[in-house]
Amino acid sequence: MATRPMTDKDAANEAFRQEVRQFLADHFPPELKGKGNPMAGVESDLRETEAQKRWRAAMGSKGWGTPTWPAAYGGGGLSRGQAAILNEELARAGAYNPIGGMGVMMFGPTLLEYGNEQQKQEHIPPICRGEIRWCQGYSEPNAGSDLANLQTTAEDKGDHYLVNGQKTWTSGGQWADKCFCLVRTDRSDKHKGISFLLIDMKAPGVEVRPIRMISGLSPFCETFFTDVKVPKENLVGREGEGWTIGKRLLQHERTNLSGGGSMARMMGPRLSDLAKKYRETDADGALADKVLRDRIADFEIRWGAFLLTARRATEESKAQGGVSEISSVLKKLGTKLGQERAELTIEIMGLQGLGWEGEGFSDAELSGVRAWLFGKATTIYGGSTEIQSNIIAKRVLGMLDHQ
Amino acid sequence: MAVLSEEQEMLRNMAREWVANESPVAKFRAVRAGGEPRAYDPAAYATMAQMGWTGVIIPEAFGGYDFGWLSAGMIVEELGKTVTASPLVATTLAAAAIVLGGSDEQKARWLPQLASGAVIGTLAIDEGPHHNPRTLATTVAGGALTGTKAFVHEAHDATLFVVAAADGLYLVEGAEGTVDVATRHLADMRSHAQVTFSGAAAQKLEHGGDDLLDKVLDRARILTACEMLGMAQQVFDTTLGYLKQRVQFNQVLSSFQALQHRMADLFGDLAMMRSAVEGGLQALDSGVMVPQAAALAKAEANRVLHTISREGVQLHGGIGMTDEYDIGFYLKRARVLEASWGTTSFLKDRFATLSGY
Repeated sequence: MATRPMTDKDAANEAFRQEVRQFLADHFPPELKGKGNPMAGVESDLRETEAQKRWRAAMGSKGWGTPTWPAAYGGGGLSRGQAAILNEELARAGAYNPIGGMGVMMFGPTLLEYGNEQQKQEHIPPICRGEIRWCQGYSEPNAGSDLANLQTTAEDKGDHYLVNGQKTWTSGGQWADKCFCLVRTDRSDKHKGISFLLIDMKAPGVEVRPIRMISGLSPFCETFFTDVKVPKENLVGREGEGWTIGKRLLQHERTNLSGGGSMARMMGPRLSDLAKKYRETDADGALADKVLRDRIADFEIRWGAFLLTARRATEESKAQGGVSEISSVLKKLGTKLGQERAELTIEIMGLQGLGWEGEGFSDAELSGVRAWLFGKATTIYGGSTEIQSNIIAKRVLGMLDHQ
Repeated sequence: MAVLSEEQEMLRNMAREWVANESPVAKFRAVRAGGEPRAYDPAAYATMAQMGWTGVIIPEAFGGYDFGWLSAGMIVEELGKTVTASPLVATTLAAAAIVLGGSDEQKARWLPQLASGAVIGTLAIDEGPHHNPRTLATTVAGGALTGTKAFVHEAHDATLFVVAAADGLYLVEGAEGTVDVATRHLADMRSHAQVTFSGAAAQKLEHGGDDLLDKVLDRARILTACEMLGMAQQVFDTTLGYLKQRVQFNQVLSSFQALQHRMADLFGDLAMMRSAVEGGLQALDSGVMVPQAAALAKAEANRVLHTISREGVQLHGGIGMTDEYDIGFYLKRARVLEASWGTTSFLKDRFATLSGY
């Protein structure tokens, strides 16, 4: 291909790339090279080293952890092109983005769309700086797939709401500072009686109990609200608008669950590399077990098609603006494939891949077991696979229920 | 759908409009009723050539438009939607072989005529009912090619054959006495033939490297997958439309959750197939990881079209079993294309080998 002359835009991009490189040279602590973001997971407590803290502060003050959010609220204010350059340079330097969690993935984008000016000024900048951890108060014991059946009430007391009820599956609830919560402000209408309320997890009357899961971990909690006073200004949107706002947030959640966030974290080495390490190969380096080889290829082809689908959805949403109902398709496909991958991983390793704790197992083997079990939640949370199928059929394909 | 340039969008819309207005499935029924072994309408192909579709991947210097593979693939996808019969795919692949492996003389001799639609070309590779390009008995001695090729697509009107011999690819012109075309009727009612070359004059394609055949086959896999994508999309849309209007138990079928979830599953499969096929076209245009992308594209096309064509008949119920209804055409064509240029097991084996396991 012929070399294109450099345009003004190219020159500006090049200047920005140099700015990022200089920033990384000045601020990225070399000892963190190749490390992951301690804030990205919901599975672990946030205990930062000094270097991690410095790196978070440096990125936070630039707003580059949330590169495309408006600079007026502490975001980077970058174009998508600049954000892509930033990501490339971070990857080149082996640096992680230290700003993450539910505030970045779900709550922030939703508040930017539905919050009032005062709420954006108050809540967005601490998310951009990675100073505040948010958790999600959606599910209840009797409101799982039927989320709109939620019963936690917020009673209007004039200058404040009085909140009573129980939430469950509160991811990272034991470490969160604040909770974005769906509450009932009106008993007479199932959907229009729901409101979107922000609750301080340190407020009197909030109690959190971690739930021990089949993986042995406790990433989820039960959260109890007993006469918790919540200021009126913490209502996002109008009373009764909670279902609309809450569903929008779920689209952001699904996009993250399928594509970038948790799926990527569950991915280890390629299955074929793992198989070549744990299983015999023949003279030309191919897997000797041809049935297993076929099943790995079968999986890798579908996984490749899924990654291409995630990329295509990103390109299309760029062209059309914002997340869409396609997020349901991605969530459904990505979580199913992720589970299939975890099962294949164990099969490849044999009993060595089922170690629970103690000697005789590598760290990767032990964490793989926990990831396999934790991964069973992915087709349940964020709207189960069955709920995603309902959404696809009704909203995307226009297949309506019995009339 | 991939994000398209303005030029590509125009081309796609033109193809979509022409296929919908000028080449509905009824046209294929008429071709079938005519019973000609060529199994397409030459007037329709002449129109395609006039619209420039035969020259999409041919360089401008040789009478083409050089629009790239994504453009070619979008046209073929549209044609697949109405099972439009034509030698466009076969001719495009013959042209691709010459673009990749031809000398300047060979390009100047053939590409302008392929681009204009004056010459119909096709690939003659496999020698049995299974795609097996590693074992070829066809030989060339003193410029004369001898061998038998099985189930050659669109051979009846082809005057240019791109033939695989044990030592490479050759151009052979159809000629009485040395090239014999014997019709093989397959379930899809399209043009298939056993072609016997008996000392036919052959010119080698000397350029394009030792893996020229693989490169041509990668293009065959991806372009065939495009036709399959159009078919899968159409079967899905037709089935969805049917479920929305067919009433049983006083309810439209689309209101039953068992059927809703099956359609949601197929919708996800179709999304993956589209991504894989468009990814293959984009790989051809960028030249990155083409062999893997081609194996992935056709493996996904095989998997998903197989499922959708089977489910399409089932979800239509009894009417899907009738010849009067179109859905059966897609089922029969699907199986022919699944077996062409690599079954799923062939493609998985190739993908694993290319990936080093």
